[in-house]
Amino acid sequence: MPEHTFILNGKRVTVDIEDDVRLLWVLRDVLGVTGPKYGCGLGVCQACTSHINGKAFNPCSVPVQDIGADDEITTIEGLPATVGRDLHPMQEAWLEYDVAQCGYCQPGQIMTAVAKVRQAREEGREITEADLDEIRNVCRCGTYHRIRQAITAGAKKY
Amino acid sequence: MDGVPGTAGMGRRRFLGYVLAASTLTVAAELGEAVLAPDEAAAVVPSVPGPAEIYDLNDMLTDAALPTANLITIRIDSDGTASFALPRAEVGQGITTSSAMLIAEELDLPLDRIRVMLADARPELLFNQLTGGSNTTISTFTPIRVAAAVARGRLLRAAALELGEALDTLTAKAGVITSSSSGRSLTYGELAGKAASVTIGQVPAELKGAAQFEVIGTARGRIDAREAVTGRKTFAMDLQIPDALPTMVCRPPTINGTVRAVENLAEVRAMPGVTDVVAVSTGVAVRGRTFGQCIDAVRALKVSWGPGTADAQSDDTIRDELRKAELPLPALDLLTRSVDARFTFHFASNSALETNCAVADVRDDSAEIWGSLKSPVVAQEQIALKLGLPVSAVKVHVTEGGGSFGRKLFHDAAAEAAEVSKAMGKPVKLMWHRTDDFRQGRTHPMATSRVRATYALGQVLTYDQRHTSVATDFGHGVGEIITAQAARLPVGDLTFSETIFALSQQTPYDFGVVTQLLGETDKGFNTGSMRNIYSPNVRCAQELVVDELARRMGKDPYRFRREFLKDARARAVLDKVAEAGNWGRSMPAGTAQGIALHPEYHACVAVLAEIDCRPETTGRTVRDACTGPRVTKVVCAVDVGLAVNPRGLEAQMMGGIMDGIAITLSAGLHLADGHFLEGSWDNYFYTRQWNTPPELDIVVMPPTTGEPGGAGELAVAGAAAAVACAYGRATGTMPTSFPINHAGPLGFEPLPTTPPIPASPTDGLDRAF
Repeated sequence: MPEHTFILNGKRVTVDIEDDVRLLWVLRDVLGVTGPKYGCGLGVCQACTSHINGKAFNPCSVPVQDIGADDEITTIEGLPATVGRDLHPMQEAWLEYDVAQCGYCQPGQIMTAVAKVRQAREEGREITEADLDEIRNVCRCGTYHRIRQAITAGAKKY
Repeated sequence: MDGVPGTAGMGRRRFLGYVLAASTLTVAAELGEAVLAPDEAAAVVPSVPGPAEIYDLNDMLTDAALPTANLITIRIDSDGTASFALPRAEVGQGITTSSAMLIAEELDLPLDRIRVMLADARPELLFNQLTGGSNTTISTFTPIRVAAAVARGRLLRAAALELGEALDTLTAKAGVITSSSSGRSLTYGELAGKAASVTIGQVPAELKGAAQFEVIGTARGRIDAREAVTGRKTFAMDLQIPDALPTMVCRPPTINGTVRAVENLAEVRAMPGVTDVVAVSTGVAVRGRTFGQCIDAVRALKVSWGPGTADAQSDDTIRDELRKAELPLPALDLLTRSVDARFTFHFASNSALETNCAVADVRDDSAEIWGSLKSPVVAQEQIALKLGLPVSAVKVHVTEGGGSFGRKLFHDAAAEAAEVSKAMGKPVKLMWHRTDDFRQGRTHPMATSRVRATYALGQVLTYDQRHTSVATDFGHGVGEIITAQAARLPVGDLTFSETIFALSQQTPYDFGVVTQLLGETDKGFNTGSMRNIYSPNVRCAQELVVDELARRMGKDPYRFRREFLKDARARAVLDKVAEAGNWGRSMPAGTAQGIALHPEYHACVAVLAEIDCRPETTGRTVRDACTGPRVTKVVCAVDVGLAVNPRGLEAQMMGGIMDGIAITLSAGLHLADGHFLEGSWDNYFYTRQWNTPPELDIVVMPPTTGEPGGAGELAVAGAAAAVACAYGRATGTMPTSFPINHAGPLGFEPLPTTPPIPASPTDGLDRAF
């Protein structure tokens, strides 16, 4: 079985798995990293959203063979360490606004939020209502409005 | 008892709890009204036959618990924490938090030292372990507090003995008991062992009055929020049960089709990662190292399928069927003016973000199941029956749920996982694919509502509504309650679903002679109680007719409602949204306000919605999405009698509003050739960020009745109706078919039905941002 190596939440990992298995299943079923959730496996619901080299992506839609040895994969579990804290400021904003209901989509929502804020800043601006409208993550509990509030507030914290 | 209306003048209400024999302080109370001292046990069914206003579904759920003499238990440990296993399912509605708050209140222990777990299936609780009908807080509000009050009393007594001081010199606060005379103190942790009992004993308890509440009624964050935002919250599919490998089922191309033959079993069994492939009653199950490999194997299976239960059916055939099944309206007096309307509500999906899933480990003589189950006792009994095991040999663990919306009343995945585990002789972690969850999963049934209201001289004389629906499956355990309660209910010999309808539907307006009846047809579909069951449809139809009556009678929709409302609580929430939402403000053409009201669950909600139907808004393009009219602002006022956690209540209102927006504007299933076309979240248009109202204001009314009503489903009907009314006023035409976008061109390219699930994408890196 082929070996695949990449950096997961700051640590180099190697897994024996077929080339075409999507990264989500490598994370969840092989490595036991369960923060990224399955909501569709079609790159639609965004519940599995994680970061690759700081950019938001859906591991359900990437074969493990497309991940390079030096690619840095960050899941919700590794997000706080990217800022050297116990919680990322966006997670703190999520607590402040008590965003979660069932919580199933929220790891993906937070990973998307952090990427959206980064993306806006790279364009030399802060996050706008139009940016928030672009977020595709599904929340079936309907916490959308609190998500908007938390992102706006969270972005001001860092 | 303070805070309990209707008992004024009777003095403080005594309650009875228990102290149990255990090595650490363990106390209990009975679920249901049995906690009341027996001489005051209430007569529960009103003698007059009454509609939902007098005796509603929640009364039935609460009363059904009366005969059960079984206990809910709180344990105090030496680390100073209190632990409680809640016999309900947490699926996002916040009941672990509100239950912890009840304990914190009566026990005088900080919220962060209270651990609320979800109880395994407890068959002795019978129907008392059902989570549904927005009933949890209504039915557990008193029992949980009684148990906590017993614990506090025992701790105080133990402290008095330990310190050698009089009980009345001691005060309990934040988990510490302090003597006002000596200043000495002991923690609950230090007292837990000393307060323990060697025998079971009945103990009287008094509860705090509303004026003494320090926790109940204050806004608190969820106790599991940190777990949720760090990804540590554990759902069924996150459990690591030894050898329970990922398992998925290859499902038929039409609803409930069955396996005839599998052509290539050996070939698929040899695929990478695959360990087992077996045919079961619902399809062909594949077990493998990863779900990704299960998906590949499901797609590779060549199966010939037998017919399903709805093969020739489509939206049109069901609409015809419903029309034929409609109960007649009373004859119309030709001299009376009337509003006549027929509304169509298409199938809708209550699929949660967590698809149907469960873990099962079935052995020769026992079985263990893990899943989010709102009716775990029924699951346990039915799975035991199917496996040929005694109920006691089947352990059912209730896990945290990733949403329910009615789905988790049923145990479809748990039953399937048990069947597959037995067939394979191995533990399985079974999960439905998203596409299956939409196409084969349960739905809110398609329905029509025929309404006729007559009016004259400024009065509404009659209001008749005939709701006709594809049958709703209630086979999840409320059925047992009905069986037990039917003879005592003021509803005569109605069928089960007619009973639910009669107990949940009400007309809050003085409209003269009112009849609202349910007719059902077609049992070929997998249905269930989607959040708020019949109410969103029934209420939407009624509120649209109310707007039409107001228009014909030349009255403002808000003032018309205000004039005809029967109940002061309803009028108060209506006034609140009209004021806070600036009702009647001038708005551009193509935009409008709508206002609606919904009473249920001993509670009342009013919703004011503003909608933008102008072409520049409806013409917005977002890829693979439904844009359409946008609800730009919602103001909601809610009176639940007493909000245990106003913050949690606001969250429930917000979620209900998003549901209401979806079912009115965009979220429906298209039935064609025996299957639903929708197969992904980009087909089934539940509210997304681009549909979310930028402005949202939720007002929690101050306590009215002093007792909590239900909240989990309350806002859906009010929001669905308010959005529909706003749409009607913005476009100048009363909408009659829902969701609004259903009649338009299909907003997506349907996924194939064979293979039943699509290939996993490979373009994830191209879409990274």
